[in-house]
Amino acid sequence: MKKEPIISFENFGFQYTAQAEPTLYDINLTIHKGEKVLIAGPSGCGKSTLAHCINGLIPNSYPGKTTGRLTIGGKDALKLDLFGLSKIVGTVLQDSDGQFIGLTVAEDIAFALENDCIPTKEMHEQVEKIAELVDVKGVLGHAPHEISGGQKQRVGLGGVMVGKVDVLLFDEPLANLDPATGKQAIVLIDEIQKRTGCAVIIIEHRVEDVLYRPVDRVVLMGDGRVLYDGGPDELLCQDLLPRNGIREPLYVTALKYAGVTLTPDMRPSYLPELKLSEEQKRQVHTWFSQQPQAPRPPLGDVLLNAENIDFTYAGGHHALKGISAIVHKGEMLSIVGTNGAGKSTFSKVICGFEKPQSGVLELNGIDLSTLSIKERADHIGYVMQNPNQMISKTQIFDEVALGLRNRGVSEEEIRPRVEEALKICGLYPFRNWPVSALSYGQKKRVTIASILVLKPEMILLDEPTAGQDLKHYTEIMDFLSELNRQGVTVVLITHDMHLMLEYTPRAVVFNAGQVIADKSAAEVLNSPEIVEAAHLKETSLYHLSALCGIDDPEEFTRRFIARDREVRV
Amino acid sequence: MKKFSVKTIVAIGIGAALFFVLGRFVAIPSPVPNTSISVQYGLLAFLSVVYGPLAGALVGLIGHTLIDFSNGWGIWWSWIIASGVFGLLMGLAAKVLKMNEAEIGKKGLIKFNIAQVVCHLVCWMVIAPVLDVYMMGEPWDKLIAQGLMSGIANAVTTAIVGSLLCVAYAATKTKAGSLTKE
Amino acid sequence: MTNLFNYIDRPSPIHRLTGASKLVCLIAWSVAAMTSFYTPLLVALTVAALVLFRVAKLRAKDISFMLGIMIVYIALNNVLIFLFSPNHGTELYGSRTVLIPLPGRYDITAEQLFYHLNVILKNACTIPIVLLFICTTNPSEFAASLNRIGVSYRVSYAVALALRYIPDVQREYHDISLAQQARGTEMSKKASLINRLKAASSILIPLILSSMDRIETISNAMELRGFGKEKKRTWYSARPFSKADIAGMVVCLLLVVLSLLLTYLNGGRYYNPFMK
Ligand SMILES: Nc1ncnc2c1ncn2[C@@H]1O[C@H](COP(=O)(O)OP(=O)(O)OP(=O)(O)O)[C@@H](O)[C@H]1O
Ligand SMILES: Nc1ncnc2c1ncn2[C@@H]1O[C@H](COP(=O)(O)OP(=O)(O)OP(=O)(O)O)[C@@H](O)[C@H]1O
Ligand SMILES: [Mg+2]
Ligand SMILES: [Mg+2]
Repeated sequence: MKKEPIISFENFGFQYTAQAEPTLYDINLTIHKGEKVLIAGPSGCGKSTLAHCINGLIPNSYPGKTTGRLTIGGKDALKLDLFGLSKIVGTVLQDSDGQFIGLTVAEDIAFALENDCIPTKEMHEQVEKIAELVDVKGVLGHAPHEISGGQKQRVGLGGVMVGKVDVLLFDEPLANLDPATGKQAIVLIDEIQKRTGCAVIIIEHRVEDVLYRPVDRVVLMGDGRVLYDGGPDELLCQDLLPRNGIREPLYVTALKYAGVTLTPDMRPSYLPELKLSEEQKRQVHTWFSQQPQAPRPPLGDVLLNAENIDFTYAGGHHALKGISAIVHKGEMLSIVGTNGAGKSTFSKVICGFEKPQSGVLELNGIDLSTLSIKERADHIGYVMQNPNQMISKTQIFDEVALGLRNRGVSEEEIRPRVEEALKICGLYPFRNWPVSALSYGQKKRVTIASILVLKPEMILLDEPTAGQDLKHYTEIMDFLSELNRQGVTVVLITHDMHLMLEYTPRAVVFNAGQVIADKSAAEVLNSPEIVEAAHLKETSLYHLSALCGIDDPEEFTRRFIARDREVRV
Repeated sequence: MKKFSVKTIVAIGIGAALFFVLGRFVAIPSPVPNTSISVQYGLLAFLSVVYGPLAGALVGLIGHTLIDFSNGWGIWWSWIIASGVFGLLMGLAAKVLKMNEAEIGKKGLIKFNIAQVVCHLVCWMVIAPVLDVYMMGEPWDKLIAQGLMSGIANAVTTAIVGSLLCVAYAATKTKAGSLTKE
Repeated sequence: MTNLFNYIDRPSPIHRLTGASKLVCLIAWSVAAMTSFYTPLLVALTVAALVLFRVAKLRAKDISFMLGIMIVYIALNNVLIFLFSPNHGTELYGSRTVLIPLPGRYDITAEQLFYHLNVILKNACTIPIVLLFICTTNPSEFAASLNRIGVSYRVSYAVALALRYIPDVQREYHDISLAQQARGTEMSKKASLINRLKAASSILIPLILSSMDRIETISNAMELRGFGKEKKRTWYSARPFSKADIAGMVVCLLLVVLSLLLTYLNGGRYYNPFMK
């Protein structure tokens, strides 16, 4: 399919003014009209920078030095201004709240039209059409905080599509979406592309989720260079992804563990069309039977007990409808569920941030309602989703020490405790740095350290791995399970099904403010109605085991995970 | 009028939103009625230094107007204008005194605080009362008393909040340039 | 946010007016009320304001909260005036009719009371109009309206952005302050003023620094969608002027003229019933 090119990089390089080294080195990359390309790569490798070059933020908003040529729509992109480019390339940013500019859905979709001075009447008609297309017609009058994360994404897409662009560019469209909503997003993008025939570029490190619909090409980046540029099937047959800190589709990993040699004609990039010979299926079988039984950890006694907690926000939103849940001492538990199901709200209630209208909360049998936020914090540490919302000091050490200083602990006692916490979080080398010099993942660990230093019995993390690549994901999670081994009870709120399976034996499933399941993670994913209701997504391992006629997918998953752990450490 | 960059526009919008939230929900009641110790002027001073006089003026005007809108006490143009002028003056002072927000140090802080105290006095002791006398025909003595109270209160909060902000911001700025390398 | 500004969506003639014309009327009305101390006019305006209130189908309970603040505010304001200058009235009207003699300079005089009446009227005739504007104008229309009456669209859009992000900032502020409390930062009324300010800034710093990142993202998003390219821009929520709009604006502008005229004819700002 040799179509005419729409974007082409020739020996292209870029260096931010603030940086000592270039961020992009001799990029040679061509995107054709109507093509669908996935750009993957570890955090900090330059994906967003590449995106900025395509949509014109570089050099227009981010100063820096460029080398080589970049041609977009036949013109020299470096000479085009943002507006010229915005006619060709439509960008959907990762931060859907930042992307959502209008006061209401309709106004946001209309934003680009308003800027083009389209008459109001015509504008209303076009907005109707687009709303139809991205399926948000029902909420046109809603304000951003009145719609779900998934809908926000759709609005964002609609907002750039009114421009009738030739290229749609998505920077990490899946971060913070629950699995099913992410799935829908990928399907929507696929449909839009089929209908409009525009080229689509998706930047993601959740490769498997993007491959839910076929892509024409995958570009793998590392340290500002293009490491691979070609068909997805060929890529999955090699081990480039894991070697560069990107998780390859689980079923692919499993097949490799089982010793199956993958070839492009097996179509490994698209599970529904994956072809396995009887011989290969048998290979998987034998591997499965040879793997040792994965152990199931016993449950300790009750630490936290919540009984039909009911909570309604001041705005009148009934966020929690009779939640009951139990956390056992020393366990590692995950809370999963749809966007807006009430997970974060529940954790706020536990920490006393919000007062439930009714229900019982007990910690070690003590009624929590008698304790202040501060007193609860001595037992339960809450790490918010966004580290920037927690960090109030400029120096790492002070930030971690803050809690102790507020509690009047003497300086000579503070120092060792803070340093210990920093060591656990692998931040000791940076202890005298300003927080601003850290990456997102590191900031996240600073906030964890600042909670740990208070020595809570239980630590509650809201989406600790959102937007992190496999490397940082592994860092954070391994360190959390290490804490857990040291006896700290860990509760995770997450949208990552594999995280749930890999690290948390038990899972509590939220849906529309209620607990609809509380069982082993594997069981949860094995019961279709729960998966359906809570917008979850069984991992591809289930399909693989089905494909190979293995009747116990849970055990298969457990053994896979056990093996995967050994390999990764 | 001068054409704003998009970034300045956004800064004004978000700034006004911050100003509103702080003024509307964080105001600490003060002994004298009709006046409250408003944290938002610390913010306003800081934003004016960072984004310039025009941005500062508009943040003050828009933010204060929205506060009056959402409260029941009508729109007090005199005080709204005073807020705007405060932003403007702080912005100008920053330019004149060459306060570079990037490296606000000891010296910068002293400049900052002298400037903000002067601006506050001008706004609450002169501009607001004068406008009130003309627009609402209220007696001087009362206006001066009110002005003095809020002037001092605002200056105090600005000294604490504003200074802390400048320091925090400077810390993020300077280091960022030098440390991204490693 | 709508409930923050108390917009009440309830079809009425006033609701049907465009935001732009209502804005013009609001400004004209407050100017008229501000410039004048001609008591009969103030009375007339107050009555008119209350009539309009009915027309807009607004009920007392819709705005009970704001009404409460308004009354307290007016009361305090007058108390203050009396405390600081109990003889302002006598100075203004150049006569002194003591009704109730009180110690010191605090005699209660007819002139002072009349002056207070004027101050109250001044508030009473503007505040309802402000409430009226807020309750009957959809926030989405604010920006479009400003632009319509000549404010540059960039500045107008800054207003729209403020309205858009107030709820977000509010929620973020809430979360940050709780996170700080959890780590032991004392914020209750118990803490001393200085400590409360310190606490406040321990919230402000993260709030504002993260807001500054947000400014970055948003301005990128806006530029990527072509904001600021043209000299002007159209508005999704803009509406064409109707006859009623024109009429409303004309009337309100005439009010300004009237108020100035009366002041002129009266030969002074203050309508003085005490002159013999
Ligand atoms: N505005 C900037 N100024 C200076 N350096 C920057 C800027 N933005 C990014 N960088 C640097 O460029 C490198 C690549 O950043 P980029 O955001 O492109 O990574 P990425 O691949 O998008 O990572 P992620 O997957 O975490 O988004 C990083 O080392 C980062 O520090
Ligand atoms: N401060 C608030 N005021 C009013 N409603 C709120 C507030 N915070 C959250 N909500 C609403 O409560 C519901 C639950 O929100 P919550 O953040 O708990 O969901 P969640 O499960 O954490 O979603 P996500 O997985 O996207 O984080 C949502 O519909 C949200 O719109
Ligand atoms: Mg990126
Ligand atoms: Mg959440």
